[in-house]
Amino acid sequence: MFLGIDIGASAAKAVLLGADRQVLASASGNSGVNFALAADGLRARCLAAAGPGAAAAYTVSTGYGRRNVSFADDTRTEISCHARGAHFHYPRACTVVDIGSQDNKIIRVDGAGKPVSFKMNRNCAAGTGAFLEEIAPRLSLPLGELDGLARKAREELELGSFCTVFTKTEILARIAGGARLEDIVRGVFGSIIKRIVEMDTLEGDIVMTGGVIAHNPYLGEMLQKKLAGKLFVPPAPQFAGALGAALFALELAAAGKK
Amino acid sequence: MDKRKEFTSTAAMKKVMAAYFHELDEAARTGSRKIAWCTSVGPAELLRALGFLVYFPENHGAMLGATRLAKDCIPLANAAGYSPDICSYLTSDIGACLKGETPLSRAYPGIKSPPKPDVLVYNTNQCRDVQDWFAWYARKFKVPLLGVLTQRGVGEVTSTHIDSVAAQIAALVPELEKIAGRKLEPAKLKETVGLSLECSRLWRQVLETAAHVPSPLTFFDATIQMGPAVVLRGTEAAVTYYKTFLAELRTRIKDGVWAVEGEKYRLYWEGMPVWGKLRDLSDFFAGLKTCVAASTYCNSWIFEDLDPEDPFRSMARAYTGLFIVRSEEKKEEYIGEMVKKFGIDGLLFHDSKTCPNNSNSRYGMPERLQKELGLGTVTIFGDLNDLRCYSEEQSKTKIEAFIEQLEK
Repeated sequence: MFLGIDIGASAAKAVLLGADRQVLASASGNSGVNFALAADGLRARCLAAAGPGAAAAYTVSTGYGRRNVSFADDTRTEISCHARGAHFHYPRACTVVDIGSQDNKIIRVDGAGKPVSFKMNRNCAAGTGAFLEEIAPRLSLPLGELDGLARKAREELELGSFCTVFTKTEILARIAGGARLEDIVRGVFGSIIKRIVEMDTLEGDIVMTGGVIAHNPYLGEMLQKKLAGKLFVPPAPQFAGALGAALFALELAAAGKK
Repeated sequence: MDKRKEFTSTAAMKKVMAAYFHELDEAARTGSRKIAWCTSVGPAELLRALGFLVYFPENHGAMLGATRLAKDCIPLANAAGYSPDICSYLTSDIGACLKGETPLSRAYPGIKSPPKPDVLVYNTNQCRDVQDWFAWYARKFKVPLLGVLTQRGVGEVTSTHIDSVAAQIAALVPELEKIAGRKLEPAKLKETVGLSLECSRLWRQVLETAAHVPSPLTFFDATIQMGPAVVLRGTEAAVTYYKTFLAELRTRIKDGVWAVEGEKYRLYWEGMPVWGKLRDLSDFFAGLKTCVAASTYCNSWIFEDLDPEDPFRSMARAYTGLFIVRSEEKKEEYIGEMVKKFGIDGLLFHDSKTCPNNSNSRYGMPERLQKELGLGTVTIFGDLNDLRCYSEEQSKTKIEAFIEQLEK
């Protein structure tokens, strides 16, 4: 069995693969303040789900906390892992759009699942999951309600600022002006889409991964309207990085890189 | 973690640099010699030929960055009205002056402050900020501010460009003679330009040892070793040092001593160094078995157009022919040549927040070069001195992902 662990800025994810590339188990939780502990917990949960005596022959860690996973045999960046995870579901050249908690990534992937180029958001986290985590409390909303509200929007409401803090100020002005909450939430989603499309030209098949699309599928529908090509969202998109890491674990073990 | 391998020559370099700064300090304290402050590509040869000791505030800026004193100095300049968006050498240096702080005191015991200038001389070939920077000191010290205004975005360097810059350099002479209290001796200028040319040639040869695969030298080594080329061009001391250092590099090649153990990949660094993270990045790349083998930045102190027989026009040609002064097309041609010469696998662009003129990722160059050269590129966002603009984790993830992309 082969384990991939993705310790992201906000959420930690793990995928356990069999030798036939079948997903045997997966688990997720908060990355928290002790990445090593989060990784230990995920490994235990995956192995328990796989049954008595289960053990990982090889582990690859990824994500911000990849170096904190003491039992990992190797590490790969989340860029390579999301590319590999997306390619597992869509085995062809494509462009991966990963919206994570702290970073957005646009990764051009070749037919073999290898990144040929990538771009990440600039130093600012506007347009990432962290942006939604900032905005939702200001709107007195749990994160889980954003998607449903955005779908109920009736009017186009544009939020223009690059900056999360300034966007919050803009939202205050909209609230003061009597804008509907649903329209504001869709405006917030719209600003994420703007941050994405200005990062790189999006051509061909687009695959969206990461926790933000997993919890807010309406973002995918909004992005699709801006694209000439077709947009795909794999099952469990938040696990794409961990899945990619598990695929690396399998390949590296096969190559004898222990 | 793989660490940077030190050079034995460095001890000699430290002596040369210490002698340079102590000579300046003594002159400033006693008035024994006139002191000119000069921008990195200002007419240093002319100033030396007139007997000035020449001090380079950009070098002080880099020291403030490398020692991370910049972080405490920049806010003081910001508060004095100098924006966090402008050159962080400027804000570090002016902030340091406001704070009464200098890394020179730590590096060279006995020195309490940078040497007070008798004149400030700039060349805007690199940016406008140098002019504003020097103007602050001109007001503070009530000393003359002189300068050369160079065209920028230059394609072919034509006689029109050279006529203009050469005439401006020549026009500085009477004013500088008054301050120096002596007449310019053509033979002295010829000698100084000759020494500067020799220093340039040696510095180029030093950098070109990194064309050897694997390389005996990295960009990070070169940013340390460039000190004499920056502050002592036009002197025997610099020439002597680079002869020593070049010999050590050649010995390294002969003995098979490589800067990065097990070198697998070779990158080109385009843009400013991140001074406060030099050691950290050097170790990080070494851990990735990656040699940053060449850079625009270190190459910017090669002035091989200098000609002792034609000092004014050749200074104009050398200063105007530099990468930073040129058009996008010329810059791309240049990088293409470097890629071939140094066997480069990928290009790293450092988008330095406060140094737009040394950030070449902002007008589509990485995308064009990726297509033209068939090479991968990666852009990291940071700054030369202002570490508030540098996201370490994101930059390292990008670099690591880029190396994974290069893996066969």
